[in-house]
Amino acid sequence: MRNYLIRRLLLLIPTLFIVTVIVFLMVRLVPGTVVDVLLAELATPGSGGTQGATAPDREELIRKMGLDVPIHIQYGHWISDIILHGDFGDSLRTRRAVTETIAPKIPVTLELGAMALVLAMLISLPLGVYSAIRQDTIGDYVGRSIAIALIAIPSFWVATMVMVFPSIWWHWTPSTEYIPLTHDPWGNIRMLIIPALIMGTHMAGGTMRMTRTMMLEVLRQDYIRTAWSKGLMERVVVIRHALKNAFIPVVTIVGMQLPVLLGGTVIIEQIFVLPGMGRLMLEAINKRDYTIVSGINLLIAAFVLVINLVVDMSYGFLDPRVRYK
Amino acid sequence: MVGAAESISKPVAQSKKRGLLVDLITRLVKEKPLGLIGGIIFLILLFTGIFADLLAPYGMNEVNLVARLSPPSAQFWLGTDTVGRDILSRIIYGARVSMIVGMAAMVLSLTISVTIGILSGFIGGKFDLVVQRFVDAWICFPWLIILISVMSLLGPGLWQMIIVLGVSGGIGGSRIIRSAVIGIKENMYVASAVAVGASTPRILAHHILPNILPPVIIMFSIGIGGVIMAEASLSFLGFGIPPPQPSWGGMLSGQGREYMLLAPWMAIWPGLALSVVIYGVNMLGDAVRDILDPRMRGGIGRYGGGKALSIKQKLNKASGLQ
Repeated sequence: MRNYLIRRLLLLIPTLFIVTVIVFLMVRLVPGTVVDVLLAELATPGSGGTQGATAPDREELIRKMGLDVPIHIQYGHWISDIILHGDFGDSLRTRRAVTETIAPKIPVTLELGAMALVLAMLISLPLGVYSAIRQDTIGDYVGRSIAIALIAIPSFWVATMVMVFPSIWWHWTPSTEYIPLTHDPWGNIRMLIIPALIMGTHMAGGTMRMTRTMMLEVLRQDYIRTAWSKGLMERVVVIRHALKNAFIPVVTIVGMQLPVLLGGTVIIEQIFVLPGMGRLMLEAINKRDYTIVSGINLLIAAFVLVINLVVDMSYGFLDPRVRYK
Repeated sequence: MVGAAESISKPVAQSKKRGLLVDLITRLVKEKPLGLIGGIIFLILLFTGIFADLLAPYGMNEVNLVARLSPPSAQFWLGTDTVGRDILSRIIYGARVSMIVGMAAMVLSLTISVTIGILSGFIGGKFDLVVQRFVDAWICFPWLIILISVMSLLGPGLWQMIIVLGVSGGIGGSRIIRSAVIGIKENMYVASAVAVGASTPRILAHHILPNILPPVIIMFSIGIGGVIMAEASLSFLGFGIPPPQPSWGGMLSGQGREYMLLAPWMAIWPGLALSVVIYGVNMLGDAVRDILDPRMRGGIGRYGGGKALSIKQKLNKASGLQ
């Protein structure tokens, strides 16, 4: 068991390293150097850049951004700043620390994501199991059609229609003012429930199919056939024997859906004007605020990596076969 | 018993590409009505995309300010938008975009997946370890965020979109191919081929490639839906196909949103088109996967392990215990 954990942790390090390199390079590969782009934008009046200061000249900007050293040294500076000081740099627009800018947005996105995940699981797990145990019946076909429909209907379309039509029919729009959880829990939930519902149902489609597949695979096993041939009732076979083993991969499913979930928050936060990381990311990209973009990318990728690690480790815990490989 | 096993393993060893496809289509038509509907929807998409110029009643950017924001009528079947362009025509031209991006990106994606998957799976060892770290790192990034980041660097455009979607999908999909290759490698006939002294290219061409065709076909049919959705999402956020070329996602995007309160039909048709197409394509993909091999999947946790069917499992399937 310990060997498995240690091996898994060791595999994490090179992957994490590659993640940081990818994030780092993504910004440095801007066609036309970052400097020229920034200079052009900072020089134009009213671009909201340096707040009244004169446009810095090129050399100074290059020096300030640390671009005058070879690229691997730049990487070294960047990564050591992050690891040793927790300093992700400053926003290129507002000059405030990146960590300061991102930190308040994280709880919003986390809460939205968590609610969507819970809703998705609540919908998809029972439906998936039902679809599997009633395979190839009308129930199965209906279930699968629903699942595919949930995947096919774009969440941004549903969200747009939810914003548009109720305001036409009932003169009502979802509130756009964010209420923190600590101030007013009920208001907070009421505000997030519709976006979370939209995200959750969309995710539920994919998760339902995976659950169905996993459950089907379990149901084919010999020990299930033994249970049947022993004359056990269906309920006992499913609940006592099949479910336990089918739910192990559910943990994996959650881990796999995580990037999808975080990607979905971008669109939903944009439409419902929620102050989360997704919307910040879009704003930062539109304003070419590369330090924030890098910071968010890194955070999200690292988060997904860690969650996957936790999932894998719990896998070793839940499934004894893995440990003794 | 032995005879049954032989007759089941024969199609795998001897199947030629053409036989597989023809067999697939025949069974699709006969056994899977839903999949057939999906296939028809897909064909309609192709047809509309290719013959858009002939089908669309108006030009895709034919401005008609007198008739702006008019509801569906005999003259404009689906209504007009903020500058009086016929929505039906724009939807038809949008089909072309979805079709081109979908197919091209999928082909690119599959080429990359197969290349990486075969190299990684077949060579194995250190090479495999290193490559898989890259793939692991890549799939940690939520696809939308990577796509937005790269598209913002490259700028909007059709080719940029195809390349970005193709590459990012390709790297992610390589895992499935790799699992399939590893599964195939474990079979006896590969070991026998090596023992007899077959060269590596021959093994690849004769044994590996034909047997990864089922996962490839499955990935293609299911992947198109994802690519179309991704393109629509990107265009919705403003990072996709730039105007004036209409794209279903773009038609739903923010510019039109204020006007949607006045002209709600603008919000309906593009989304409906997207839903129907992606639904159909996914139905098709599901049916294809059911026919080709319900168990030929890899990379979903370690539960299935991605192994190819064993003789026993094939027997179970054949005896109708599905």
